[in-house]
Amino acid sequence: MSFDFDSLIAAINSAYPGAVKERIEYRGETTLIIDKDRISSVCGHLKGTFGFTFLADLTAVDYLEIRTPRYEVVYHVHRFGPEIDENIRLRLKAEVHGDNPKIDSVTHIWSGADWLEREVYDMFGIVFTGHPDLRRILMPEDYEPFPLRKDFDVRDREASKRSFERALREGGD
Amino acid sequence: MERVEFISQEANFNADTGIRTETMMLNMGPQHPATHGVLRVVLYLDGETVVKAVPYIGYLHRGIEKLCEHITYQQCLPYTDRMDYLASICNNIGYILTVEKLLGIQDAIPERAKTAEVILFELGRIESHLVGIGTNALDLGAMSAFLYCFKERERIYDILETVCGARLTTSYPRVGGLPLDLPDDFEEKVRNFLKVFPATLAEVDSLLTRNRIWIDRTKGVATISAEDAIDLGLTGPALRGSGVPYDVRKAMPYLGYENYDFEVPVANEGDAYSRFLCRMEEMRQSLKIIEQGINNLPDGPYAADLPDVVLPEKELTYTRMESLIRHFVLVYEGFKPPAGEVQHAVENPKGELSYYLVSDGTGKPYRMRVRGPSFVNMQALPNMVKGRLLADVIAAIGSLDIVLGEIDR
Repeated sequence: MSFDFDSLIAAINSAYPGAVKERIEYRGETTLIIDKDRISSVCGHLKGTFGFTFLADLTAVDYLEIRTPRYEVVYHVHRFGPEIDENIRLRLKAEVHGDNPKIDSVTHIWSGADWLEREVYDMFGIVFTGHPDLRRILMPEDYEPFPLRKDFDVRDREASKRSFERALREGGD
Repeated sequence: MERVEFISQEANFNADTGIRTETMMLNMGPQHPATHGVLRVVLYLDGETVVKAVPYIGYLHRGIEKLCEHITYQQCLPYTDRMDYLASICNNIGYILTVEKLLGIQDAIPERAKTAEVILFELGRIESHLVGIGTNALDLGAMSAFLYCFKERERIYDILETVCGARLTTSYPRVGGLPLDLPDDFEEKVRNFLKVFPATLAEVDSLLTRNRIWIDRTKGVATISAEDAIDLGLTGPALRGSGVPYDVRKAMPYLGYENYDFEVPVANEGDAYSRFLCRMEEMRQSLKIIEQGINNLPDGPYAADLPDVVLPEKELTYTRMESLIRHFVLVYEGFKPPAGEVQHAVENPKGELSYYLVSDGTGKPYRMRVRGPSFVNMQALPNMVKGRLLADVIAAIGSLDIVLGEIDR
């Protein structure tokens, strides 16, 4: 790929000093570790200045007892181009601490992040500050645990039972 | 059955007409034939005009991403069928490609396997578009187009059945290539399909494309601009129908798509009719790709020569001790990709499907994330139907061509 990631990183770091903590190349993919508190500014900069208009994916990974900080929120941003080598996909990662996990929302940059952030909140309990409508999306609204956390016990049916019984008792969503 | 509730807190009194009106909440689904699964949309109506639409999803949530953390990479494959079950072969191939990328063995995959996968991928695309167009037309009252589409879909299922023994839940290729060589009559069946399908396509075309009722129901309905479509992250015909020529097969080619001659159809109106036109043309382009594939289907090995990843041939498993041991180790422990993470995207019929795999060096994925196109495309529904008539909601859902198995995973 002809895209110059070095100058992109330099541009981000000059606009937001220390925002890019690390660059990783693996299997032809570029990953940038971004300072968690700058993620929204960096995303805005990438979209505004570098034309990464498309948010391909937003998800999270739980590294319980493997790494601190415990969570990584992963963004896949994409830049369209008329030619093959002008289509650039970039992975951004922001590390989020295990207690009271919180990160800025990017919904004001890409409105498609809405449901994706809701899913991460639903599955990992990571709170996106500034999200317009942060509710559970796939699990029932009164469900308590966060299923994709590594300390979630898949055999434990109690939480589902509670939410099911409440629905039977009270009706509703 | 639809449950109707009245919200009576703020009744509006219209002084001119002397009529008191109120916004009505109409619950559509989760058991509704036009929602293509179990989707619930709560509609707030002013008369017949939609004021607000709120989709509720998750009724089909099976926790596939969590389940895959507990099984080997090979065992994850059947779960991918159950996402977009209308094009399960495309999900399968997308997953296999991601694992191959994680292992770093893409270059070792033989050409025969790659070409066969391209042919099957495009058959899956036609299969899915036939359902998409057929059910969209059925929801809007055109039953005959639906029947023509489903008749042809059977033919594709027959091909899939000869290749892998299953019609709907294919679970077909394996990491490293194909599990068995293609059956002898594969080429003949595909050629036969290439011969008969254009006639059906022309029939569907003549039933719908210039049909006055169809045009009235879809043209200018559920419109979305190119900017909004990109902002929302739409992909597939939902994005190309708005004039953005983004197709993963061209943008980030896989399986050697860069060597095939095909066009990416784009329509500019961004309405339900544009998306329909895109799907129709994509089927014609898929035929072109299948034809090139079947004409250049090379002979030779069908699976990579990688003993660490690919199961030994059945005959050897039964006759040789070493092969038997290898078979057992691969089935019980699975292959172990090096620690690392990859994302791989494919152009599924409904849009960009991407898998994000994180390996910790063991035989099971540490994290498998599926970005289903339907999940993201579904977000466009509230925008599309706002201020439109209730009947247009049906046209909008049909034209987005969602499948709930993929939204809920």
